Amino acid sequence: MDTLDPTDMPDVTDRAKDGVDQDTVDAVAKLSGKYKYGWNTDIEMDYAPKGVNEDIVRLISERNGEPEWMTDWRMQAFARWKELESPDWAMLDVPGIEFQEQYYYARPKSMAVKPKSLDEVDPKLLETYKKLGIPLKEQMILAGVEGAGEAVQDADTAMQGDGERRVAVDAVFDSVSVGTTFKAELAKAGVIFCSISEAIREHPELVKKYLGSVVPQSDNFFATLNSAVFSDGSFVYVPPGVRCPMELSTYFRINAENTGQFERTLIIADKGSYVSYLEGCTAPQRDEAQLHAAVVEIVALEDAEVKYSTVQNWYPGDENGKGGIYNFVTKRADCRGDRSKVMWTQVETGSAITWKYPSCILRGDESQGEFYSIAIANNMQQADTGTKMVHLGKNTRSRIVSKGISAGRAQNTYRGLVSMHPKAKDSRNYTQCDSLLIGDQCGAHTVPYIEVKNNSSRVEHEATTSKVDDDQMFYCQQRGLGEEEAVALIVNGFCKDVLQALPMEFAMEAQSLVAISLEGSVG
Amino acid sequence: MVLPVRKTRKTDVKAEATEARLAPLTLPEGGSWSQGARKSALERLREMQLPGARDEYWRFTKPGPLLEPQVSALPLEEQDPVFDGVEAARIVFTDGRFDAEASDTDALEGVEIERLATAAGADIHWVRDLYGVLEAKDQARVERPFAALNTAFAADGVVIRVTGRAPRPVHLVYRREAEAADVMLHHIVKVEEGAEMTLLETGTGAARINTVLEVDVAKGATFHHVRSQGREHDRLVNTHVYARVAEEGVFKTFTCALNGRLTRNEVMVDMAGDDAVAHIASACLGDGKGFHDDDTVFVTHGAERGESRQVIKKVLRNAATGVFQGKILVQPGAQKTDGYQISQSLLLDEDAQFLAKPELEIYADDVQCSHGSTSGAIDEEGLFYLRSRGVPHDRAVELLVLAFVAEALDEIDDSDLASRLRDRLDGWLSRRR
Repeated sequence: MDTLDPTDMPDVTDRAKDGVDQDTVDAVAKLSGKYKYGWNTDIEMDYAPKGVNEDIVRLISERNGEPEWMTDWRMQAFARWKELESPDWAMLDVPGIEFQEQYYYARPKSMAVKPKSLDEVDPKLLETYKKLGIPLKEQMILAGVEGAGEAVQDADTAMQGDGERRVAVDAVFDSVSVGTTFKAELAKAGVIFCSISEAIREHPELVKKYLGSVVPQSDNFFATLNSAVFSDGSFVYVPPGVRCPMELSTYFRINAENTGQFERTLIIADKGSYVSYLEGCTAPQRDEAQLHAAVVEIVALEDAEVKYSTVQNWYPGDENGKGGIYNFVTKRADCRGDRSKVMWTQVETGSAITWKYPSCILRGDESQGEFYSIAIANNMQQADTGTKMVHLGKNTRSRIVSKGISAGRAQNTYRGLVSMHPKAKDSRNYTQCDSLLIGDQCGAHTVPYIEVKNNSSRVEHEATTSKVDDDQMFYCQQRGLGEEEAVALIVNGFCKDVLQALPMEFAMEAQSLVAISLEGSVG
Repeated sequence: MVLPVRKTRKTDVKAEATEARLAPLTLPEGGSWSQGARKSALERLREMQLPGARDEYWRFTKPGPLLEPQVSALPLEEQDPVFDGVEAARIVFTDGRFDAEASDTDALEGVEIERLATAAGADIHWVRDLYGVLEAKDQARVERPFAALNTAFAADGVVIRVTGRAPRPVHLVYRREAEAADVMLHHIVKVEEGAEMTLLETGTGAARINTVLEVDVAKGATFHHVRSQGREHDRLVNTHVYARVAEEGVFKTFTCALNGRLTRNEVMVDMAGDDAVAHIASACLGDGKGFHDDDTVFVTHGAERGESRQVIKKVLRNAATGVFQGKILVQPGAQKTDGYQISQSLLLDEDAQFLAKPELEIYADDVQCSHGSTSGAIDEEGLFYLRSRGVPHDRAVELLVLAFVAEALDEIDDSDLASRLRDRLDGWLSRRR
């Protein structure tokens, strides 16, 4: 999703063709280093009472109009969660999270009854989407206007012509999905794209079959909590042989104070299908830290391919580490069918704390997993992120490219696992982890686990840590670039391998984010 | 901001296992300094507890056999120590006891050698500033309970002070006469400013052996350490080498492991002075079910312009397991650090396993640190090349194996020692065809 304000940068697409690095430099000049999405929408909300217990779990299930099996599933998870302890193995200094001091469900009051026309939609919600840079014609749908979808789509097709790529959006505002665009057109292709709460009601057979099959209810502390209290999220099903006609995306916005967001995404790519999925997120600037604990499950059946790209831009807290989002996310893909392929790409620039390991279970023979990551930590941010590639099938392939950048007083850790099981004959892994340090107060760490249990597989791991090269800085500055511009240019070069793996819509945003995230880190 | 160190989880089960392990042991007698050092080590140990299988630092190597209060008998085998022909001051320990008759008594110029048992008996001794001191300091980074166990209970070992350039190496020979000995030895080496020495270690020494070697390398001093561990199939070995390297000091250690049911070699180097150098290398050939070889290395760069290298090579077959856990920690201010680490395994057949965790933890920006790790089967093209030139298959494999471990052997400065080890590896390979 394009979160650059189109009025600020009118010819974004033109310039993308000219060259990446110039764009970054422009973006730095234009945006003055403040978190751009730090405002909040003053809107009347419906809250569930503070804290989490059986009643809250039941209430969330009830609000979503869920069948009994779903409520039971949540209750099982909650019972398990009560016995679990928060993990402490990551290289993170996590202040104690008060789980009973959070709201687990918050919904804009105006969403209680679905608005019928644009006039009825809460103008504050409209304003929110406008400010987030989501085009007006999409906005009508996002605000939950029934019937607006068709008209907008037609207008869209006419306006954009053949060459343009369109993106269908599911927007999640605090605990609820407020709308999904292009549903009808996707349905023509057989693709189901809706909120997970709707999927539980409308497609229970699919949800029952696949929910929790990749990330089980009791997988880890945060995934278990999510299983109990997830309020909404996105659901995608791509039928056999279908190439999804457009990019799908989810936009997460946390707005309410002291509220945790727990969304759940389930993507099923049936045999021979293809889908590309984008995820973006922002939150207001607040002094209190907020919890975000999401679960994403991807199932890829035979010959299916899924691309999942994330630009994570939650509020990172101020320069002294006050506030920010605690981002504890479980993302896992199951390459269940032979020759299936999943590619994770992430640009992690926000959040006070990031704890996230998008993984691939390479179960099918000849399946492939890829992980491309840029993690940037500035000021007091802490990131512990990486991937797991579990090779179970024969001839499986995985590739990991991770670029970590630390600045300010931040800590940035790559943590990964490559596991070759005894039956994963003739498999391959290549891992490249590079860290860049900007300033002498930050830390960059690499913690890879490598487990090779058969001899026909080959595993290669490389890691380097260095600083921004003095000679490169000198070269840039000598040619008239300022210090910050020079750093942004060099860092973008450092990240190039990953930026190139992103879809065009995200590559632009990611480049400017890389520059903005590092503002104030030099000089 | 430096992140806090995670302590292992304390459990009742671990507390029980610790007490069970301690039950058959008694603190050795000695002078007041050694009593104090042993008692505080015992307190440390009780506080951190012996490790459990779920502890992070034991995830690849299950500590079970090291926790047993008693050891089972290990049949005696004829030994053929690899460095027997090397001219050196030999100090022999038989079943963990100093063997005066078998040891050399000639004085070595610039080197003072004493038994730990003697030094521990004195009320005042310089060794008090080192005994258990490096071990205790390191516990704050990673808990190594078996090292604390050793500090508390090791009754003997050598205490060496080097004041000049030692004309010959000191060679510690570990012999066995008893089948079921459970031995702990603790050695201290203090290499004074500008001094230089080489320490050799060979032999199995016991059915189960736990050693600690604490080395203090002063300004401009050099310490070389080369060891070849015994090759009885069912032996249990747990060693700890601690080194503190001062300004311009050089510390180099090499380990050759040819067999053994459980080998856990831990090397902890503290690069305390500017321009210090540390090289850690090991070559391991593992063959047979139950073989388990673990190199655990932790290099801390605390000063500027330090240079550290870790070169780990493991050749594994017949369900053997090789483990490498290596870490480079660069503390704030340790600018211009050059840290390098390579761990490679050659898996000769389907059942062999290689488990690795090569870690970097870096808090200074002007550094060059890198690590690489690879794992795979023998190079088919190399094999084809040799076969096409008439080299029989088995010999061709051996040659490729030797070429693979050569990078680790190259880390040994003394070419005579390196070639002896190379011949030993070659002979071992051809015998096991």
